Amino acid sequence: MKSIETKYLEARAELLAGLGKLNRRQFMKVAGAAAGAALAQGVLPPHSFTPVRVARAATGGSDFTFAYISDSHLYTKDKNDRFVRGLLRAVDDVNRLDPQPDFVLYGGDLAQLGRADELDLGAQILRNLKAPVKMMVGEHDWYFDLGEKWRALFGADNYSFEHKGVRFVTLNSVVEADFWTAKGLTPAERMGTVAGLDNGTQSSFTVGEANRAWLAKELEPVKSSVPLVVFSHSPLYKLYKKWNFWTDDAEQVQDILKRFDQVTVIHGHTHQLLTNRIGNISFHGMLSTAWPWPYAPQGLPELTIQMSRPDPFNPSDGCGDGTVTVGADGMCDKLYNLWNRNPVTVSRTYMKSNGKEDRAAAPKLASY
Amino acid sequence: MRGMTAGVACAFAVLYATGAAAQSAAQGPHGALAMAEQERRLDALKPGSAKGDPPARVVAASWARTIPAENALTPERVALGRKLYFDPRLSADGTVACATCHDVSRGFTDQRPVAEGIGGKLGRRNAPTTLNATFFTSQFWDGRAATLEDQAKLPIVNPIEMGMPDGAALIAKIGPDADYRKMFQAAYGSAPNYDDVGRALAAFERTLVFLDAPFDRWQDGDAKALSADAVKGFALFNGKARCVACHPINASSPIGSDNRFHNIGVSARHQDFESLAAKAQVALAGGGGDQVLDKLALETDLSELGRFLVTKRRSDLGAFKTQQLRNVALTAPYMHDGSMQTLWDVVDHYNRGGEANSYLDGGIEPLALSPAEIDQLVAFLFALTDVRFAAQAKTIESAQRARAKTTRPFRETDLAFRKVIPFEARVQGGAK
Repeated sequence: MKSIETKYLEARAELLAGLGKLNRRQFMKVAGAAAGAALAQGVLPPHSFTPVRVARAATGGSDFTFAYISDSHLYTKDKNDRFVRGLLRAVDDVNRLDPQPDFVLYGGDLAQLGRADELDLGAQILRNLKAPVKMMVGEHDWYFDLGEKWRALFGADNYSFEHKGVRFVTLNSVVEADFWTAKGLTPAERMGTVAGLDNGTQSSFTVGEANRAWLAKELEPVKSSVPLVVFSHSPLYKLYKKWNFWTDDAEQVQDILKRFDQVTVIHGHTHQLLTNRIGNISFHGMLSTAWPWPYAPQGLPELTIQMSRPDPFNPSDGCGDGTVTVGADGMCDKLYNLWNRNPVTVSRTYMKSNGKEDRAAAPKLASY
Repeated sequence: MRGMTAGVACAFAVLYATGAAAQSAAQGPHGALAMAEQERRLDALKPGSAKGDPPARVVAASWARTIPAENALTPERVALGRKLYFDPRLSADGTVACATCHDVSRGFTDQRPVAEGIGGKLGRRNAPTTLNATFFTSQFWDGRAATLEDQAKLPIVNPIEMGMPDGAALIAKIGPDADYRKMFQAAYGSAPNYDDVGRALAAFERTLVFLDAPFDRWQDGDAKALSADAVKGFALFNGKARCVACHPINASSPIGSDNRFHNIGVSARHQDFESLAAKAQVALAGGGGDQVLDKLALETDLSELGRFLVTKRRSDLGAFKTQQLRNVALTAPYMHDGSMQTLWDVVDHYNRGGEANSYLDGGIEPLALSPAEIDQLVAFLFALTDVRFAAQAKTIESAQRARAKTTRPFRETDLAFRKVIPFEARVQGGAK
């Protein structure tokens, strides 16, 4: 296996060699793309002070929109208040949407160390939202007391509901096999282990047998033609195991979803622009309000429009929130509202055409 | 002879700084020192070379980068720019020259909260100093001009600054002047024209390089150049106080600005960004050329949107350019609206974590600086004053120190030490 650096250097050498061989026509194509990117700089962010209603009227009547906020990782205020300000900023963003979204998905990892005071703080802030909130659990919310406080505050971790003809399912996908009992870890040690990356101690995320059985049963009466939107904290596919950008029983979950015409999975955990499509299932990541993760070293799904490398001098760069507009056929426009960059929309047209049409203007970085 | 002139200059500077000479016979319109006297003092200050050689301590390549190819520095261009800089005929009523708001005796600014133009009209923004302005990669508080050449042409035609109807009107007014005709010919090989007015003013401003401060001498190896307090202040500047993140000050960034735009919350004290942004969308719907922007920035509440007016990017709401730190002793009051009177106020503002708002720059946090640390940081800031202004700065430092002993409007110790977090009230508000 080649190292990241080797792959990068090879890709770079290939790109540079390719540039030298461009003929005039090919060069004009590259130049045209550059001009397009520059034009995109003039694009206005779709916020409360832009005429959103006009834009929506053009897309047809049956669409509806929900907003998302995710991965705030709140510490208690004596340790860190920047993340608290990040979540408040997202709450302000969502409250300023006009028209208001039908509901707000909170994508998990509200707390950093799963403590009751962190979760209480988050719950208090989220009560400022004007639209109703749908809560999802993340591993940082869970592994201090195995979900006791979270469930007391927000209710069940698996639930489903119907909204305007679309079936929504929220899944707990951060179930880990018991790695703590044998080692005699305290709750805080268990939480600290799960909170880390690249450690060989914790188990991989799963939806788990019990939750899968619940999911199958819940979907049993739902017709295959009904559009389905699934919320999960981890991506319901396998991207990078060491960071748990990964669900170990992803194939089994996908099997349950396979019979539906159109499925969209909205997931947290990855803190970045991330897009994938497997069969009938579209996957969209969410932005974090706390920090952006770098891209996993082994590469990205082909459909992903990469975000720029965040500016290390600007702590809110690469963070943000966003919206999802759901069409009558269940296909979604996924908006990433990056706080320090132009917003990026991964449109249903882009997804339907398998990335051939309506590609969002975003930096084109050489892939590994 | 030269030494005597400098002595007189110092004496004047002391009087001005204390305000005792406000009614001096040398005073001209809008509180500026008379132009002839300003020119005498400028000579005494011995500004930089008019031939384009790099100033001391500035790397030749960095210096070359600050000068556009089509406006290479020559003595003829500098001489023309200097004549224009001190010429009140550049304004509609003949009372305002560049040197009115960028006054040699007042730190090359006007030491007022906001600039005063023709007919006593007040703008919305604090006049930045023309000292070292060439080192910025954009001009104005919102960076709406890319170069000094572009910048210099806008105040002349702004209705509340110098008030000329347009560039052509200025050329009609000064063009017939035989001196100007001769000087434009020598400088640019052409008859008087508005673009060369901008170029000449920029050329002159490039001689206003004042980078010889105690701090520089300390860095050169003179251990006695800085006080013990200022040395500790420099350590805070690079560490606990986090200043250096946006104010890098080194050989390649000599003035201590990252040339970027940050919301530090100054205008959040009195503005609601969202409703202003909505108004701006309407005001700029027609496009918004240079002069439209200039008018919005100087005459309307939209001024408080800062960089947003230029980029229309939401992330630039309430963001203003990082000011330089050079000669900051001379340029009070501080911030884009002149809302802070002393450097103690400025440090207090940062110490409390700026003013909370949705668009606050992510790097602005409570700093937990003790009173002694604040004094040390301020001592360091005063040590960034060029030695040619030493006497003036000393007087100002005493005046600011005296004021800071009794008046600290931005000091919020509980916020600085995170005993109170600005969002707490809101968080509690959500609990009902």
